[in-house]
This record gives sequence, structure tokens and C-alpha cells, in this order.
Amino acid sequence: MRSRKMPDGSAFAPQYASIPHRDHTAELGMWVFIATEVLLFGGLILAYFIYRHAFPHGFVEGSRHTEIVIGTVNTAVLLTSSFLVAWAVEIFSPATSRIATWLLMGAACLGLVFLVLKGIEYSKEYDAHLVPGIDFQSAGPLADGVQLFFILYFIATAIHALHVLIGICLLTTLATICRKAPTTRHHTALRSAALYWHFVDMVWIFLFALIYLPGRSSS
Amino acid sequence: MSETNYLTTDYTLRSWFLTTDHKRIAILYFASLIFFFFIGGAAATAIRIELATPQGDFVSSDIYNRLFTMHGIIMVWFFLIPSIPNTLGNFIVPLMIGARDLAFPRLNLMSWYIFMLGGCTTLFAIFAGGIDTGWTFYTPFSTLYSNSYVIVAAAGVFIAGFSSILTGLNFIVTIHRLRAPGLTWYRLPLFLWSLYATSVILVLATPVLAITLLLMATERFFGVGIFDPRIGGDPLLFQHLFWFYSHPAVYIMILPGMGVINELVSCFSRKQVFGYKFVAWCSLAIAAVGFLVWGHHMFVSGQSLVASLVFSFMSFIVAVPSAIKVFNWTATLHKGSIHFDAPMLYALGFIGLFTVGGLTGLFLACLAYDVHATDTYFVVAHFHYIMVGGMVTAYFGGLHYWWPKITGRLYSEYWARAAAILIFFGFNLTFFPQFVLGAEGMPRRYHVYPPEFQVWNVLSSGGAVILAIAYLMPVFYFGYSAFFGRRAPANPWDAPGLEWQTSSPPPEHNFTSQPVVTRDPYQYDEDFHAEPQNA
Amino acid sequence: MWRQWIPFWQPGLSPHSGDVDLLFTGLLIASALVVGLLFFLLALFCARYRAGNQTDRNHRVKKSWHWEVSWTVASFVCFLALFVWGASVYFQIYRTRSDEHDVFVVAKQWMWKTQHPGGQAEIDALHIPVKRPIRLVMASQDVIHSFFIPALRLKHDVVPGRYQDLEIEVDKPGHYHLFCAEYCGTDHSGMIGEIVAMEPADFSNWLTQQAPSSPLASEGGQLFRELGCSGCHGGRGTIRAPPLEGLYGKPVPLSDGSTVIADDKYIRDSILMPRSQVVASYEPLMPSFEGKVSEDQLLRLVIYIKSLAGRQS
Repeated sequence: MRSRKMPDGSAFAPQYASIPHRDHTAELGMWVFIATEVLLFGGLILAYFIYRHAFPHGFVEGSRHTEIVIGTVNTAVLLTSSFLVAWAVEIFSPATSRIATWLLMGAACLGLVFLVLKGIEYSKEYDAHLVPGIDFQSAGPLADGVQLFFILYFIATAIHALHVLIGICLLTTLATICRKAPTTRHHTALRSAALYWHFVDMVWIFLFALIYLPGRSSS
Repeated sequence: MSETNYLTTDYTLRSWFLTTDHKRIAILYFASLIFFFFIGGAAATAIRIELATPQGDFVSSDIYNRLFTMHGIIMVWFFLIPSIPNTLGNFIVPLMIGARDLAFPRLNLMSWYIFMLGGCTTLFAIFAGGIDTGWTFYTPFSTLYSNSYVIVAAAGVFIAGFSSILTGLNFIVTIHRLRAPGLTWYRLPLFLWSLYATSVILVLATPVLAITLLLMATERFFGVGIFDPRIGGDPLLFQHLFWFYSHPAVYIMILPGMGVINELVSCFSRKQVFGYKFVAWCSLAIAAVGFLVWGHHMFVSGQSLVASLVFSFMSFIVAVPSAIKVFNWTATLHKGSIHFDAPMLYALGFIGLFTVGGLTGLFLACLAYDVHATDTYFVVAHFHYIMVGGMVTAYFGGLHYWWPKITGRLYSEYWARAAAILIFFGFNLTFFPQFVLGAEGMPRRYHVYPPEFQVWNVLSSGGAVILAIAYLMPVFYFGYSAFFGRRAPANPWDAPGLEWQTSSPPPEHNFTSQPVVTRDPYQYDEDFHAEPQNA
Repeated sequence: MWRQWIPFWQPGLSPHSGDVDLLFTGLLIASALVVGLLFFLLALFCARYRAGNQTDRNHRVKKSWHWEVSWTVASFVCFLALFVWGASVYFQIYRTRSDEHDVFVVAKQWMWKTQHPGGQAEIDALHIPVKRPIRLVMASQDVIHSFFIPALRLKHDVVPGRYQDLEIEVDKPGHYHLFCAEYCGTDHSGMIGEIVAMEPADFSNWLTQQAPSSPLASEGGQLFRELGCSGCHGGRGTIRAPPLEGLYGKPVPLSDGSTVIADDKYIRDSILMPRSQVVASYEPLMPSFEGKVSEDQLLRLVIYIKSLAGRQS
């Protein structure tokens, strides 16, 4: 008779006292790692705010040149993918492993959609001569502020996209190994990966507000 | 030694380079750090030879600028920051905590490989032609004007930063989750409190360095002007971001040393550390307040008067917990039973040299005096008193203390004491004259200088010769000890910590049975005989 | 003056340097006392409580609270006193006096170019009269430098993209070192010079003996015409531009509703980034001169516009 309980999987490493001990420790590790990422993006966002304070009109003008449609669609894409991941974590069990796998693959695919849309957005900005260092042309009084805005925009979104790519690899890997006979160890790994994915999503929400929304709220 | 220990389980290269045993990883780091220490030390030797005369007659100014940059980068990121945490910390933390390994052993090995990758990248930058921006990479010189391997060197430091972050992460999780039964927070040896505080800084500050170096390298590589005043960028923004990391980084480079001193002072006074809880919380206070003082590196940069006032005030505040620790260590000696073994000589040296370094930090925190002393040799002397007189001294003290545990051998006490005394003497002769030079106005990073500064420079260079000899001595007697030294017992110092309750060297999984802790740490009782923590 | 009651006190080369030296002495005495006490206690404890010595080790101090609080409060009070002292001396640097003599300094790799309002220029040297406050207006042409006069205990970084003010005053004639104190590249240690302080009569002689050159203000006026500024700001012509007579030092209302004072920084920013601060009721039409004027030329333009301050607009 098949047990309903999640099997414990392989023996745990000697520094742990039990399986739950190992699993809780791994989760704490992921939380500490998230803290480091907060500081990484925090430094970048601090630079953004300092320059926005110095060039308020330039930043607003720069924001008006961003692709709000692509940005909004991307936000919806990431939020949906986070929803799928959260669903997968919630229902994860030996009986539902196939469904969980599909959910994770769906989230990973949405991540890919995000990256493709980002690529399209970058190429549009290239055509509009908005890429600093390559052929940035902004005539007009607010050129300095606009240029600084776009420098920070490209750096921030590039670093974020790199994190999305890493997340896609994580989700795909987990989807593959969780298909057959998942254990509590897989559950813990899934929870950690989900934490990472939700964090990357949250960073995007901040970036979306700071990049696409200035200057669009009022007429 | 009939039973196997972690050194003898397997002799193959593969067992060393693919190990997940925290003790072997500590040895890997130890070997790498000796290598980097001597490279950084070679640069220092060249610098002191050049500075013995006022003219630039030993090396050209371009070479000199590369020498002091290399000295700073190697010593900060490839020696001091990993020193105690990655050698003594990696080895001792699981033992002290009663665990069989760190929380994430494979991550620990990855940390070492990442560290080596960063180190090799930086070495490539150095030997391909060097970098001449100073270890501080200030813009716009680094982004627009320097003709050297800035991006490669920054990449090396960036990579090494990940090693720091992963080490800190490993320690935080280990100390939270892998303590032996009965080992509550207030029963932890103070070395662990210090490493915990250090790890918090490692984890929170290093990412800011990562983003700062990334922005600087992006500006240089792509020609975009983030810090470029010609498009409205601010060179001072780089300094704020850089020092937001680098000031807490200097606390990474002293807190572990303070942690070691707790162990040494208590063991060699046969007495518990006075004011345990105060010392524990002071470690955390130093870490926390250390994030709020970075602007004291920028008092003359043009930052606002209000900002300068705030940073000066906070810099005085951050000195208070350090002062408390010094008083507590001194009080520990009172009515103790003091043994002057080599580790204790290093501990006493630390207390004196750290106090001098810390007090001169007050001179620099003082706004009006800093206007004169900043960017002079006064600052150079101050930070060398703390980093070398403090941290390196503590590192050596800890190495001597735990050497029997790590290697299973005893070292020559005679030569160790001689080296300790010579280091103290050589160090003071090297760096005290630099306070005078700074007070008289000799700027730092100067390749040539006006002749009236020569006397103090000659004294300093003379001291450096003595210091170099003194630092070479341990290579010989430790080397001898590793191969031919007398076998060490499990507890050569008769100390109560958990690390002494297992053999020297420890077996692969540290303990034959799970230790259980029933006592506070540092229980040296009235008969001056250690009671083991798990008795 | 209260300072003369301090034993061994010597007046410094300037009021400020004397006060900094007093502060330094205070710090030194405080530190010596602490280090002395610490070394005394360490030596005492090491000698008396050496292992094997038969002394009374009973009645060890167990409760540490009152010791901890005492030395924490004592440290904090001492540090607070030092902070207040240091800050109060620091405030002196920020005073501005009305009888200041302006000198303009341009830092570049690897030399100091100093210029007096009358156009006298020096390289790696600065002649100034004694007992008169000198306001140094400093700009950098390339990287960050730092203007350091050890004898006066003063320095200030010279950061590209902005102007820095530093007020100095020397009381005794003599030659004093000038160093660059912020690492700036290959010849950083060669970027040194001297400050020559002279009696006022000697200084006037020196000024007149310098190679004749036009005052900076008239050179600025020439640039003003050559670069085409007078085309819009000259009062005639089709473009309506804010008049510059009587502008310097006055408040200027901007198009976003805020008001700024027309100081050196405002004028410099208006030339390099004109549309970052548009004057109220004017169109943002002024072109930027970024890359078209050097720091030397900018200084002359600023001085010229400053010289128009007394005129009616």
C-alpha cells in the first residue's frame, strides 16, 4: 500500500540531526541569500533616487519614452508566473507531482516570454536611439537627465533579466527532478526556489513603478 | 595516533580538492592566504624601499602607483577579509558549536573556488600590467583617465565578493541552526558572537560593493557616464556607494580578531571573560553602527556640513563598544592566573596596538582635525595599527592557539615567543613614525616627498625590515612543527570549549558522539582546572 | 584672549591652525592618559597575577554592571566632548568674511594654476597678503584633486563638475608647502607648490610686477562677446534673454516656481546645463556650452558676470 505521507528520501548529511532539521536549515539559507539580493538591488535603486532627485524633469521625460505596453504585459506575465509557482508549492505532494511539474514548466515558460518581450523592448529602444554608449541621441534641454535615466534603466533591467534567467533554470531543473517520487527534500528545494522567484518578481514590481510610471500618472 | 583523523582519511589530491570537510577547506584557504599575504607583503617591501629616500630612485611613479594599489587590493580582499573567518572560522566554528560540519559544506567548497577564481583574475590584472587607481577605485580617474587594467581588477574583486557572501551565509545559518543541544546563545563562546556579527556585515555590505564596482566598470567599458560630471553625473556618488560597503568592511577586518582575543585572554588568565553579555552585544553594536559612519571618509570632499556633523557624531558612537571591549579584556586579567604563552603575548599585543589605533581613530572622527589629517600618513598609520597591529596579531594568536588542534602537533614555544616580541617591536617601529609624518602633513600615495620627511620614513622602512623578518619566522617553526613537531594532546591548554573535547587533530566528523552542553563558557574554576562544557 | 592662559600655547600661523593644534594637543593628552592607564593596568595585572604568584585571587568581581555602566558613560562623555570641540573648530572654516580677496584655482593633472582677479597667473604657487582672508574658488579640469596646506591645517577636495570654496588666512609671512592630497595619477606626488605669504605692501608690489595681462574680468568680457553671449544677453537682438547686469548675488525666480541665488555655481551651471534651471517667464532657448569652454574660460566668464553686479539692468 502506498503511504500518503511524503517519503523522507535519502539519508541526511551528518551535521543535521533529522530531515526536518536539514530542510528548515536550507530555507533559512535562502532567506539570508534573499537579504543579500535586497542590498544589491537596493544600491542600484538608491542611485536611481539620487539622480531622480537631481534631475526630476529629465527622469520624467525619459520615462515617457519607455514602452509602457510591453512593461505592463511583462508585469502581468511575471505576476502570473509567480501565481503558478505558488500554486505548485501549495499542492506539492506525491499524488500531484505531475500537475506541479506542469505548473513549474508553465511558470518557466512565462519567464521566457518575459525575456523575449524584454528583448523586443530593447530593440525598439535601440531603433529609437535611446541606448547610452551606443548611439544615444536625445536632443533637447533635459538630455542629461534622460541619459542618466536610460543608463540606470538598462543596467537595472539587465541585472534583473539575468536573475530571471537563473530563476528559469532553477524552475526547469526542479520541474524535471520533481516528476518522479518527490520527497521532502524536493519540497524544500521547491520552496526555496519559489522564494527566489517571488523575490525576482517583487524587484520587477519596484522597477516597473520606477521606470514606467513617472510622468504618466498625471496628464 | 592510531585512529584516523581528518588529515589521514585519504591522501589523494582529489580528496583535498573535492573535499566538503570544513577542516580541509580551512587548510585550502590557509595555503591560499599565505600565498596572497606574501604577494601583498612583497609590494609593501618595495614601497618601503622606495620611501627610504625622498627621490623616486627605486621604481618609476607609474610602477609605484601600481604597487600601492596592488598592496591594498590584495591585502584587503585576498588576505584580511578572508583571514580569520575562512581559516580559523571554517575550522573551529563547527567544533565550537558541537556540529559535524557547517550547514552547507558544498557551498563552503564553492566559496573557496570562487575565491581562487577572483584571486587569479586579480593576479592576472596585476601581472599583465597592473592597476593604478588605488584600492579605492575613485571616479573619474578609474573610469575615464586610468590606463590600466581597472576592469579586470574590479572583476577579480567582484568575484571574490561572492565568496565572502557565501561564507557569511554559511556561518549565519550554522550558528542559528546547528548548535549542540544545550548550547543556548548566551553559552556560545564569544568568538562565535564576533563571527556572527562579521557574517551579518559580509552578507549585507558586500552586495553594495558588487553593484558599485559593476556601475564603475560599466561606465568604463561602455563609455556611459554614471559618475561623469559632464553629463550631470556625480563623482561623489561613487564615493558614497563605495564607502557604504568599505566602512563596514573594516569591521569585517577587526571583529573576528576581537573574537579570537576573547578566547585567548580567558584561557591564559584561566578566567571567564569579564562582562560576557556586554562583550557579546558590543560585537553586534559595532556591526550595526558601523553601517552608519561611512561619510567620515568624505569630510573634505564637499559633502554638506550637516552630513559631516552626523557622520562625525556617529563615528564617535561606534568607538564606544570597542572601548567597552578593551576595558572588559583588561578586567578579565584582574585576579586571574596569567600564563605568557605565545598566544597570550599576541593577545596582549593586540590590546595595546588596537587601543592606539582606536584612539587615533578618534582624532580622525574629530571634524576639524580630520581636515588636516585625512589623506595623509596619519590615516595610513591609523588603519595599519588596527588591521595589522590588531587583526593580523589576533590571527597569529589564534593560529598559535589552535595550531595543536588543527595539526595535532606542538610548535616551538621559544621561537613563537621570540617572533611575537619581534613582531610587536618591528610593527611599532614601522608604523608609529607614520603618525608623525601625517601630523606634519606628508600626504599618502606619494612616490617622492620633500626631504624634511626623510628621517621618519627611514625609521619606518627600518621597522619594516624587522617586521618582514618577524613575519617569516613562523614559516620556519610552523613548517618544522607540521612535520616534526611533538604530538599534541587533545587539550594542550586545558581549556573548556567543545573544540577541546575531541582529539587533536579531530576525526573526520569531529565528534564520536553528539556533545551536549550544560555549562556557561569559560568555566575555569577556582582550582584553575578547566571543566569541559559538556561535563 | 583666553587662549594665552594655556601653558605652552603658541599662536599658529592663522587663528584656525592655532585652534586645530590646540584640539590636537587635547586629543593627544586624552589619548596618552588612556593609553597610560591601560598599559599601567595591564602591566600591573600581568605582574601581580602571573601564574604561580601567591596573591589573593579570592573575591573576584562577579557582578559587572556598575563597572560596565561607569566606563561606558565615561567613554561616551569624553567622546561627546571631543565631538563638540572638533565640530566647533570646524565651523570656523565655513565663515565668510566681507573683506575677502578672491583667488581662482584650477587643478589639472598635474599642476595648480592660480589666478588673481587682476589677471596675474601662477603655476604651482600662490602669493597672498598676510592677515587678510583669501577666498579660494577652485575647479578641476579632469579628476579629483585636493588642495592641502599643512601649515594652515586645511585641505579641500577639488572635484570636477563643481566649484569648491575654501577660505584661508595666514598671519605670518613665509613660504608654506602646497600639496595635492587626493591621488590623481602618475605625477600625483609632483603636484606640489608653495604658498608665499607677504606683507601687504610687498604683495601689492608683487602684483604690479607680474607680467602685464588684462584683468580676468575684462578677459571674461572678451569671451562673452567672442562666444556670442552678448548676442542674446546684450539687450539688443531678437531673442529675449535674462539681463545679466545686477544679477550676481540676487535671487532668481525659476520656471518651476523655486528661487535660487545667482552665485558662481548658478552661473557655471547656466553656461553648461542651461535648461536645468530656466528663469521664470523665459523660453528654454539657450544652447549648452558643455565641451566648448574650459575651466579657465568658465572662471573668467563667471568673474565678468560678477563684475556686472553693481550695474543697473
